[in-house]
Amino acid sequence: MQLLKAYAHDFWRYRYLLQNLIGRDFKLKYRRSVLGVAWSVLNPLLMNIVMVVVFSTILDMRGSGIKNFPVYLLIGQLLFSFFTEGTSSAMGSMLGAAPLIKKVYIPKYIFPLERVCFAMVNCLFSFIALILMMILTGAELHATVFLALYPLVTLFLFTLGVGLMLAAATVFFRDVMHLWGVFTTALMYFSAIFYDPLQMGSFTVGGTELNVSQVIRFNPLYWYITGFRATVLDGTGLTWSMVWICGLCAVLALALGLIVFRRQQDKFVLHI
Amino acid sequence: MNMIEVNNVSMRFNMAKEKHESLKEYFLAAVQGKLQFEEFYALRDVSLKVEKGEFHGLIGLNGSGKSTLLKIISGVFKPTAGSVTVHGSIAPLIELGAGFDMDLTARENIFLNGTVLGLTPQYIREKFDEIVEFSELRDFLDVPLKNYSSGMVARIGFSIATVTKPDVLIADEILSVGDFMFQEKCEERMRQLMSGGTTVLLVSHSIGQVERMCDRVTWLEKGRVRMSGGAREVCDAYRALDEQAASAQRAAAKKPMEVKKD
Repeated sequence: MQLLKAYAHDFWRYRYLLQNLIGRDFKLKYRRSVLGVAWSVLNPLLMNIVMVVVFSTILDMRGSGIKNFPVYLLIGQLLFSFFTEGTSSAMGSMLGAAPLIKKVYIPKYIFPLERVCFAMVNCLFSFIALILMMILTGAELHATVFLALYPLVTLFLFTLGVGLMLAAATVFFRDVMHLWGVFTTALMYFSAIFYDPLQMGSFTVGGTELNVSQVIRFNPLYWYITGFRATVLDGTGLTWSMVWICGLCAVLALALGLIVFRRQQDKFVLHI
Repeated sequence: MNMIEVNNVSMRFNMAKEKHESLKEYFLAAVQGKLQFEEFYALRDVSLKVEKGEFHGLIGLNGSGKSTLLKIISGVFKPTAGSVTVHGSIAPLIELGAGFDMDLTARENIFLNGTVLGLTPQYIREKFDEIVEFSELRDFLDVPLKNYSSGMVARIGFSIATVTKPDVLIADEILSVGDFMFQEKCEERMRQLMSGGTTVLLVSHSIGQVERMCDRVTWLEKGRVRMSGGAREVCDAYRALDEQAASAQRAAAKKPMEVKKD
């Protein structure tokens, strides 16, 4: 409790720094591009079109059985890319902040937090693409759309927790960066982004038969994405298992992230 | 009242002979029992007290632990042993413009760096003109910092860092930047701060400057306090070291060169 209070106090004191760092990243990302911020919308939209074409024509990954496949796919893409962008940029954040934290005292967790916030800002911008796509495909607007805030907020906390752990680990072992890239690629195929797990069959590993829809339940990202789809696309609201799994994963990841990060943070400055 | 209290601080660094930056290297070394660290004490049992309103100088040769001590006082390093207490706000000038983003313009950097130092955007906006005026760089405000010269960057850095009235100002070699006009201006600004009750801790290799500006001086040698006291006294002793070294050198030079024969 005391710990959380200290964090909250620091957070309040350095809120402007956080704001300014996010602003800086934002300016630098779009500086010298003609379309600027519009890329936040255009990029996911174009990616979505590519994937829709690929998965519904060339590789028919059973996308045809899914109601409003473009929107279904886009939700998966947006949330998943928020997670990968957030975690992988948080991972390198301590190394990036080296010139600063070697000279001035700043609470170190500001840097991973800033990167995850920045990824969230990007993600929110790209929701414009989602709205556009929903209008284009004539998707219904449900009242449950407001409930989408829950999977979104819990996903943010989950990503922050994972990001903090990765940031701490990367300071000591740069290998983590390379491993994580491979891991997220594997994870992408297991997050039900472009398929419906219920339509997938089973596979065998070492003689035991595993069902895709069973195995995927162990992937937290699957729950965030499915929860978001349920509220925005299907209009069914959140089931209890969505509520508690999303919440629990977020709390666990964040608690673990904060503990790991806090234990190691005093040593960071000697290793970067 | 003591503004800075450093009690028996030691700082140990593990000087790994080779840094293990990948898992494979680390495990290989661990398995082979090669995970050795050479312990190196940058500071040993250093105590220091700086009173309110004092201008305190730190002198010593390269590698004597001056910068490490400043970094411990400003919170960048945690000491291995001992404790540090600082009363009031600190403005660390360990390096001017730490945290500047070279791709951003000076205007944007003033806001970024200000918030790094814990100022509010509102406060920076109020003081913006004062900062720019002091740095004398109004014509270059919207130029990215990468196009600045290092002296210009330092000017902006100094202007931001001293615009507040910090309780404690920590300065590492910062007065050696810029041309002599600006140096004078910086000294002037520091005196102004001092008259407002700011306590200053200064590291400098310019003994003349230290003697001129400081009230008290601490001389560090190989991580220990060699001498601490009034500015004149300590600076004289430090200069004597210089003369000793010089005479030793002269003596060495007088000796006929030994020629090695196989």
